[in-house]
Amino acid sequence: MRTGLSTAHSVVEPTQAAKWLAMAVVILYAFVTLVPLGWILLTSIKSPPDSISYPPKVVFEPSMEGYCNLFTTRSRQTEEYIKNLPPATDACDSLARKNSMVVVSRSNYLPRFLNSLIIAGGSTLLSVGLGVMAAYAFSRFKVPGKDDLMFFILSTRMMPPIAVAIPIYLMYRELGLSDTKLGMILLYSAVNVSLAVWLLKGFIDEIPREYEDAAMVDGYTRLQAFRKVVLPQAATGIVATAIFCLIFAWNEYAFAVLLTSGEAQTAPPFIPIIIGEGGQDWPAVAAGTTLFLVPILVFTVLLRKHLLRGITFGAVRK
Amino acid sequence: MNTPSVVERAALATPAPLARRMRGLSDRAIAWLFIAPTMLLLLAINIFPLIWTVRLSFTNFRANRPNAEVVNVGIDNYVSVLTDPDIWGPMQATAHFLFWTIALQTLIGFTLAYLIDRKFRGHGFWTTLILIPMMLSPAVVGNFWAFIYQPQIGLFNYAVSFFTGIPPSSFEMLGSVKLSPWAIIIVDTWMWTPYVMLICLAGLRSIPNYIYEAAEVDRASAWRQFWSITLPMVLPFIMLAVLFRGIENFKMFDLVNLLTNGGPGSTTEVVSITLKREAFEKWRTGYSSALAIILFVAVFGLANIYVKALNAVKNR
Repeated sequence: MRTGLSTAHSVVEPTQAAKWLAMAVVILYAFVTLVPLGWILLTSIKSPPDSISYPPKVVFEPSMEGYCNLFTTRSRQTEEYIKNLPPATDACDSLARKNSMVVVSRSNYLPRFLNSLIIAGGSTLLSVGLGVMAAYAFSRFKVPGKDDLMFFILSTRMMPPIAVAIPIYLMYRELGLSDTKLGMILLYSAVNVSLAVWLLKGFIDEIPREYEDAAMVDGYTRLQAFRKVVLPQAATGIVATAIFCLIFAWNEYAFAVLLTSGEAQTAPPFIPIIIGEGGQDWPAVAAGTTLFLVPILVFTVLLRKHLLRGITFGAVRK
Repeated sequence: MNTPSVVERAALATPAPLARRMRGLSDRAIAWLFIAPTMLLLLAINIFPLIWTVRLSFTNFRANRPNAEVVNVGIDNYVSVLTDPDIWGPMQATAHFLFWTIALQTLIGFTLAYLIDRKFRGHGFWTTLILIPMMLSPAVVGNFWAFIYQPQIGLFNYAVSFFTGIPPSSFEMLGSVKLSPWAIIIVDTWMWTPYVMLICLAGLRSIPNYIYEAAEVDRASAWRQFWSITLPMVLPFIMLAVLFRGIENFKMFDLVNLLTNGGPGSTTEVVSITLKREAFEKWRTGYSSALAIILFVAVFGLANIYVKALNAVKNR
């Protein structure tokens, strides 16, 4: 409760003027910080000439070319050749023909996007699955050397990815895991399990032990109590942790670019190498970037209450 | 005789002890059963490669020539890393990058958090918007910033010339030796300021109101309250943010790789880029392993010292 002693310059309750000023600065910052993202979105619906015009165009005729170019590969043909083709089957094909091109095949974007989904999804399941078990054990049982083990788990995350990429590259070559989805799932799981254990331990610590004790008095075994009492209670925390793991694996670039090239390549190393005739096809890059970022935007909004926990490994809980 | 079977039936009707006897593993067994898979995964994919790196660092092994004879060279690789005059360039580039990103992010992040903590209407909504950049893929976003930085057509040069009148084609953010370190600092700050802000905000919100009320009673000025209450109480949080950002930016690879790839020349070659060049372009596996170990020890050592300092501040 506020006391009557608070005066105009109080920090306890800012003055109206201070609030307005703070609001103005924060909103200004928000706008400036979102400009690059808005620019990605705008560029994705520009035609290639519009995307590189000077001064940068804010008003332009929207074009699907970026998205078409993202999903297809095209080749330049003579007017003659195009005239003799059967009518275009879809919008992208007719758009390409206007530029004297024909659609040759589908691009690799979709497979790369699906690789990202499979690898991020698979590694999230594995790291959260392992993480929730380890976190439960660390939370509830007397484990000898618990603090050291927890620190050890955290420290694995401090390693620069490039430093371990060399032996992982060699190891995967030996095991036949090079450029495979399974290899990437295992790798991302190993990186994420530290986050999962730390976050989930925090969440499980918050569930009163009395619930399990009561369940065990009622005849549940320890494992049943874990499954039927603790897991449902920790559901929110598990989902939040899963989203964090998903986002990390989705965004990861260093391992992906060094260890994958085809079969298991994810979208982040692929998007920068989308090229058109004469350099990067910026509308297509922007389209690929937009589609890649949308899931993360959704997750960020869903996660906003748990963000702080996630980014500090559960050290700050609010 | 019926009595024993009744007892048996009674035992069956009481599942707790029976279940515990029959299926219940001891807590100790469960603890190890639950921890072991995580440990195995970490040992296989983190520790084993690390040990392998250590071993490679004492050899002349080259990953692109797996069949060549591997010779033990002792500590030669470490000596050549530490005496290589070229290694100080990347070290300086990393230090410059670390210093400025942390300084800018802490300053802007704390200021924003302080403003948001004025609790104006709709502050939650604006906070969520501001947080977006840090959730995105650094590689994908960094790649797009390369477009924004284009000298002729880029939005960045246009904005600068719009506000200052400098012709947009008179400078190149990514192509010039003077500006390129700042180009990556700007993108990193854009991306990670929200991170510092969020942690600072938690710090500000952890300060109980009664402390300020007591200060009011003592007629402490707003300025004085800020310096003797707000800042000291938020300090552990700021240090935590600096610790996390420091470790992450020491390892910085993706943004730089896509924005400048260490160029022009080696102006923005941070240590991770050096490591990539040595390991995956020059294929000097032994040398790069030694460098990797030195870097890892450095991060680990610094982080440990920092955590001790952090705890000291927390327990003050």
